[in-house]
Amino acid sequence: MRPFAYARAQSADEAVSLHDGDTHYLGGGTNLVDLMRLGVERPAKLIDVTRLPYDRIEENGGGLFIGAAVCNSDLAADRTVRDRYPVLAEAVLAGASGQIRNKATVGGNLLQRTRCSYFQDVTKPCNKRDPGSGCPAREGEHHNLAILGHSPHCVATHPSDMAVALTALDASVRVLGSAGERGVPLSDLYRLPGDDPSRDTTLELGDLITGIQTPPLGMASRYRKVRERASFAFALVSVAVALDIADGTVRDCRVALGGVAHRPWRARRAEELLRGAPATEASYLRAAQAELEAARPLRDNGFKVPLATNLIVRTLSELTASEQGDES
Amino acid sequence: MRSLERVEARAKVTGAARYAVEYPVENAANVVAVAATVARGEIESVGAEEVLALPGVLAVLSCENAPKLQSVDDAELEVFQSRRVAYRGQLVAAVVAESLETARAAAARLRIGYRAEDHHVLLEDASDDSDDSDFSVDIEQGDPETAFAGAAVSVDATYTTPAEHNNPMEPHATLAAWDGDELTVHDSNQGSTTVRDALAQIFDLDPARVHVVSPHVGGGFGSKGTPRPTVVLAAMAARAVGRPVKLAFTRQQMFPMTGYRTPTIQRVRLGADADGTLTTIVHEVTQQASTIRDFDEGATKPMRIMYRAPHRRAAHRLVRLDVPSPSWMRAPGECPGMWALESAMDELAVTTGIDPVELRVRNEPETSPEDGSPWSSRNLVACLREGAERFGWADRDPMPCARREGRTLVGTGVASATYPVNREPNEATARAEPDGRFTIRIAAADIGTGARTALTVIAAEALKAEPDRVTVEIGDSDLPRASLAGGSTGTMSWGTAVHRACEALLAELDVPVPPEGVEVTVGTEDELKAEEKYARHAFGAHFVEVSVDIDTGEIRVPRMLGVFAAGRIVNPVTARSQLLGGMIMGLGMALMEESTTDREFGGFLNHDLAQYHVPVCADVRGLEAVWLDEEDRHLNPMGAKGIGEIGIVGAAAAVANAVHHATGVRVRDLPITPSRLLPSL
Repeated sequence: MRPFAYARAQSADEAVSLHDGDTHYLGGGTNLVDLMRLGVERPAKLIDVTRLPYDRIEENGGGLFIGAAVCNSDLAADRTVRDRYPVLAEAVLAGASGQIRNKATVGGNLLQRTRCSYFQDVTKPCNKRDPGSGCPAREGEHHNLAILGHSPHCVATHPSDMAVALTALDASVRVLGSAGERGVPLSDLYRLPGDDPSRDTTLELGDLITGIQTPPLGMASRYRKVRERASFAFALVSVAVALDIADGTVRDCRVALGGVAHRPWRARRAEELLRGAPATEASYLRAAQAELEAARPLRDNGFKVPLATNLIVRTLSELTASEQGDES
Repeated sequence: MRSLERVEARAKVTGAARYAVEYPVENAANVVAVAATVARGEIESVGAEEVLALPGVLAVLSCENAPKLQSVDDAELEVFQSRRVAYRGQLVAAVVAESLETARAAAARLRIGYRAEDHHVLLEDASDDSDDSDFSVDIEQGDPETAFAGAAVSVDATYTTPAEHNNPMEPHATLAAWDGDELTVHDSNQGSTTVRDALAQIFDLDPARVHVVSPHVGGGFGSKGTPRPTVVLAAMAARAVGRPVKLAFTRQQMFPMTGYRTPTIQRVRLGADADGTLTTIVHEVTQQASTIRDFDEGATKPMRIMYRAPHRRAAHRLVRLDVPSPSWMRAPGECPGMWALESAMDELAVTTGIDPVELRVRNEPETSPEDGSPWSSRNLVACLREGAERFGWADRDPMPCARREGRTLVGTGVASATYPVNREPNEATARAEPDGRFTIRIAAADIGTGARTALTVIAAEALKAEPDRVTVEIGDSDLPRASLAGGSTGTMSWGTAVHRACEALLAELDVPVPPEGVEVTVGTEDELKAEEKYARHAFGAHFVEVSVDIDTGEIRVPRMLGVFAAGRIVNPVTARSQLLGGMIMGLGMALMEESTTDREFGGFLNHDLAQYHVPVCADVRGLEAVWLDEEDRHLNPMGAKGIGEIGIVGAAAAVANAVHHATGVRVRDLPITPSRLLPSL
């Protein structure tokens, strides 16, 4: 580990002003500290932002503002979140372990890095860690890497469950930068790798996420994650769905996939096909298949295509059944 | 039966129990190991100077400056004796520094120049271009090829297991200190006598001047059964800097440097009459070794004794690759071997339409098929029957895919378990004090198994004393010499010596104990040599229920039942823990454990517990281990068989057989993951 300086910011403005480029903001540190020990992240300075006044969940305009320093456990346990956005509470609880969720912050969760083996091993090439060095995962071990939106330069997946739910919710992040505060929709926050996989997000150097804004949802929602063991593992594929059905027809819906791409994958093609379609398994299958037409599986991760398809259909069908059960 | 709670439980849960590098020692320096970053080649240069210039760095050790070591029969212990690199991740250098942080930073900066060579690391690649002549025959009886060709019913299938890692919670770690020519190490190992003897040989010392102290060990599962390079490097480094040093491998370093289970490719052929009576068993195993250390997993061992069949052949071949050295892991041999054999037996049951429990009962041998020896005791059939009764097996519809609950398929499976009874010679001292207290001394190892507790029970029984009057001292090479904690031999082997020492002591206690106490030391070598010829094995049966999600291929295990016949169980409370632990490891082997070899760069791709999955609490649901009362007079004074490993043996096959019953899909490659199962659902 490279020696580093540590400072605890008293205000968000101070945090931003202390950032001098070779710096990371420190939340729970559950991913950053691991990466520093591995030599993947080598900041000269850490600015601790856990004491900033962003540790509350507040209602506003029918939605919620979730402070960036709220810990994952508190977010999942919040009564309003559980009532209005079950997909978000379920997604957070599907991630990591109880101990890690107690420590991890919402802001840090959004900015965690891929768990691709090559990225985490500094003795091997990786375009994300060391631009231009190559991507051995394409021909090497990639059974849990991307099937959608990858590039010749990178096939990594984004590891967060929470971000998948937030993507489905049309959430945005509040960002404080050198030019003041701004809102960035999650759909604009995360990038596809393209020819510069070193950048996970569109944030500028020194930008500080201060919180997350979720608009009202008004739909039933659910998160479902598939993994080899029952807990404490990253998704093979996950899905966040929300559904509004009236008279047997899908009035509105949201579908986002995790574990399939460099960013949480909003299934807009599927959503388009679903809106106005009969709320039936056949519609769900058609929509899921249409979405997955864009998939370009690698040698060893083709199973994710049927898995993602099945998962969308299954989760929408279950949500439909529970909604219709509620109505009757 | 009386059961004694773990005697060191309070020390462990309060943190009072110390592990190797936790011992307080003044002025200790820190050692960090450096691993090779090429899969094969030669070290051309070591940039020690740049690193030595860093403040706090005391020494850099490598092939360029290491002292000459004496050779032992394990090339892994020839630390820095060669410029050759045999595999990626091999120990090639070390940095000694004042602080751990400095040592880590310096190790990361140490530049080593390599001349890399082409490497071959994948067993499946290599096995394609070798032929039958590479096999060495373990056993050949009758005419298996002809018998198999003429069999009424047959199974011919190939089963594979991936590389698997032991991953004990405590890493391989050593605190080493020299006092002149006297060496003391606090070390994490499975046998202090063995480590002492190895160190004495390597550093050319009188064994009496080497002290290996290991009272508590945080797991080993075989990976600490042989002395590891940690202990050699720590001793070397402590001598180089003239100070005590601490060295612990990181989790990442443990993957290449501390052994693992070889991947296996196992072809099993079963030939049988239409009624399921076996005529032929052929088991051929391909496994890998490194280029510097041979190791035979021994996966055909269980096939030799499990079932009656006049025609049989077992053979194995080692493929030498540029890979880390495989070694012992959790029932080496029996564990992967029974995965293949018991999967094949299930396939035979399906083919013949015979219930899998009955098929096994039908092929029960009267005497050992290996050499005709009588069984000292064999209760496989009783385990199968008891398990079937407890599990509700009689209600099972044998048809695959018969139970569907919503989007879930449910199935059940069975497999046999076995583990041999091996005993090693040992010495123990028993001592009586005038106040009525007893002390037992033996250099045994408690790697979390409950060995100290079981030996306390054995001593108390032999002494006819309450356990709280007996103190058992283990884990120190200055104590009477002892065999390893390995091969499920500990309780039987150490226990025999302890029992005999206590008997001998008791014989001297017909007069009051004098102030200086009474002490006797007894060895068991002669007793073991005089043993009558019996086939001695423990047996068991696993019954497993799985549920499989049709849409996702996720497999969960609502119920696991293990029934074992392992002689007399010495201490039920710790025995149950061991059996349950073995079964959970079997669950991990079946569904998640897999180390992935990096074809391009060599070594393993996964190297931590986020990437190498073992079961978590949520995976373990209904789990039950029971045992039969088994009296066996041909074992040892306790009448006990080993239980350390039998819990894992056969468990993976029972899971796989249940998956087949649930889904109709036969997965022959472990682990059974959604990626392997879903495409066939």
